[in-house]
Amino acid sequence: MSTPAPGADRLARFAVSPARRRRDRIARGAILAATLIALVPLALIVYYLLKNGLSSWSWDFFTTDPSGNTFFKNVSIGGIKSAILGTLEIVALAAAISVPVGVGVAVWLVEFGKNSWFANTVRFFVDVLTGVPSIVFGLFIYIVLIIGTGSTYAGYKGSLALALLMLPVVIRSAEVILLLIPNALRESALALGAPRWKVIWRIVLPTALPGMLTGVLLAVARAAGETAPLLFTAGETLKTNTDLRQFTNALPVQIYYDVTSPTTAVVDRAWGAALTLVTMILLLNVIARVISRRSRIA
Amino acid sequence: MTSARVPEGTTEMEPQDRTGVGAEASPGAAAPGGETGPLAPSENGSPHAAAHGLTVKLEGLRAFYGDAEQLRGIDLEFNANEVTAIIGPSGCGKSTMIRCINRMHEEIPGARAEGRVLLQGADVYGSGVDVVAVRRAIGMVFQKPNPFPTMSIYDNVASGLRLTSRRRGDLRAKVESALRDAGLWEEVADRLQEPGAGLSGGQQQRLCIARSLAVDPEVILMDEPCSALDPIATLKIEELIEELKERVTIVIVTHNMQQAARVADRTAFMLDGALVEVGATHGIFTKPEDPRTEEYVTGKFG
Repeated sequence: MSTPAPGADRLARFAVSPARRRRDRIARGAILAATLIALVPLALIVYYLLKNGLSSWSWDFFTTDPSGNTFFKNVSIGGIKSAILGTLEIVALAAAISVPVGVGVAVWLVEFGKNSWFANTVRFFVDVLTGVPSIVFGLFIYIVLIIGTGSTYAGYKGSLALALLMLPVVIRSAEVILLLIPNALRESALALGAPRWKVIWRIVLPTALPGMLTGVLLAVARAAGETAPLLFTAGETLKTNTDLRQFTNALPVQIYYDVTSPTTAVVDRAWGAALTLVTMILLLNVIARVISRRSRIA
Repeated sequence: MTSARVPEGTTEMEPQDRTGVGAEASPGAAAPGGETGPLAPSENGSPHAAAHGLTVKLEGLRAFYGDAEQLRGIDLEFNANEVTAIIGPSGCGKSTMIRCINRMHEEIPGARAEGRVLLQGADVYGSGVDVVAVRRAIGMVFQKPNPFPTMSIYDNVASGLRLTSRRRGDLRAKVESALRDAGLWEEVADRLQEPGAGLSGGQQQRLCIARSLAVDPEVILMDEPCSALDPIATLKIEELIEELKERVTIVIVTHNMQQAARVADRTAFMLDGALVEVGATHGIFTKPEDPRTEEYVTGKFG
């Protein structure tokens, strides 16, 4: 401001004051710092996962079941095949249960319930369900289906616990997407003389599909990483098993038991399994993003 | 106005078949659809083959949004195979009124209507009336073009037939004839499988008109169909309206008084949820009976 150029006095009132410039820098710096601090643990997790997990990855790691041996150094401890397959089976069944039910609830809320007393009550309980700790779902299934029936653990009981966990996520994400569908589409279909169920089935749901898939995949990703609901529902086993009525292994459960082992090789296997799980969930997220980018409603 | 240009009875011999499309469904119901191409499907199929507009008569029509009364008792008749324009300032109830005709008004939560809407004498609000059947007879074109985003051009036009389970007959021919009737065929014939949302605004609106024509409606309601379009696209829609009135009754809501003057046989002026005046368009714009109409059409308010 010391060397006024011609006309500078007229421009001076538009100049940014030094004090404001300083405050702007400080604010920007603080926000950037917060972002960086948040990135530190993320970066460290990825770093340790790769550092400790990658070394245990091998062909055998993915193709053999855990042997159960954690003591003899000259006998293999085995891989995590049963855990990978078990997770896929349990989560697939959980999704098969929670997705149709959840999408159905969302369709009812948006297309029929709207702002009625009952619909708002349903919304309230769905929100409550979202906040329920995951172990409670496991406990619930344990009490009802294991203590209650006097039977024992089974893969499908783990699926049910995970399905309950996924349900509110599926409902809420599907509801948000359905609300995004422009009303004009429903109206133009109705005005053509289409019955309401066909409007939903042929117009609303196909338009909402990409967005819903994203929500579903995120729910699946969340469920796949849960240990607590499986601990006392799916049982503990080493064997690969394609019958969900039997005890079924799962990655988070395998990690949980391995990481508490005194044997270094078994702890390393936990890292390898953790890296596997994170990779699977990452893949799901990537798929979800690709699909949502192809979504036709902006 | 093809029928005005060409004396009745000679229409079939008109050489340019595309402009003759509208004229072909001649009002003499028994006439066999004619051999001249475009409208061919009309003879081999739907019971609406000899498509004919129906009269619509409103008697004491009142409409509410919750407790707010938007229409305060409207008595108005729309003649068959005529274009009636509804004009009036924003919020006067024009859209509400035409949405009452095909019972779309009640789709809005809390909205309801009272009074009678007689479609060729039958009350669409009568007990036992299937609202779906009413909407099949009364097509609607909305302010914003809204083709179904997941569907191709072809599927958009076919959607009306599919959604109403009237797939009988040659679907492809029906789609083609609807697109021809909407004046869009030449522009899209080679890309029927492309998404409908990829067309220009004016083409999308004509696609929507084709979509509603495909189910052979007898009345078409248009809710400011050109307000989102440029003048050239608007002109095309207006030409289309002229052709379509040969086979349907058209009610068009418009903010554009020149448009009303150009396309409408009769014009109705509404104010604050009530009908002020209705009459031949020329009369409404040149010597209206009500001073409020005169003030509006001369631009003194609204």
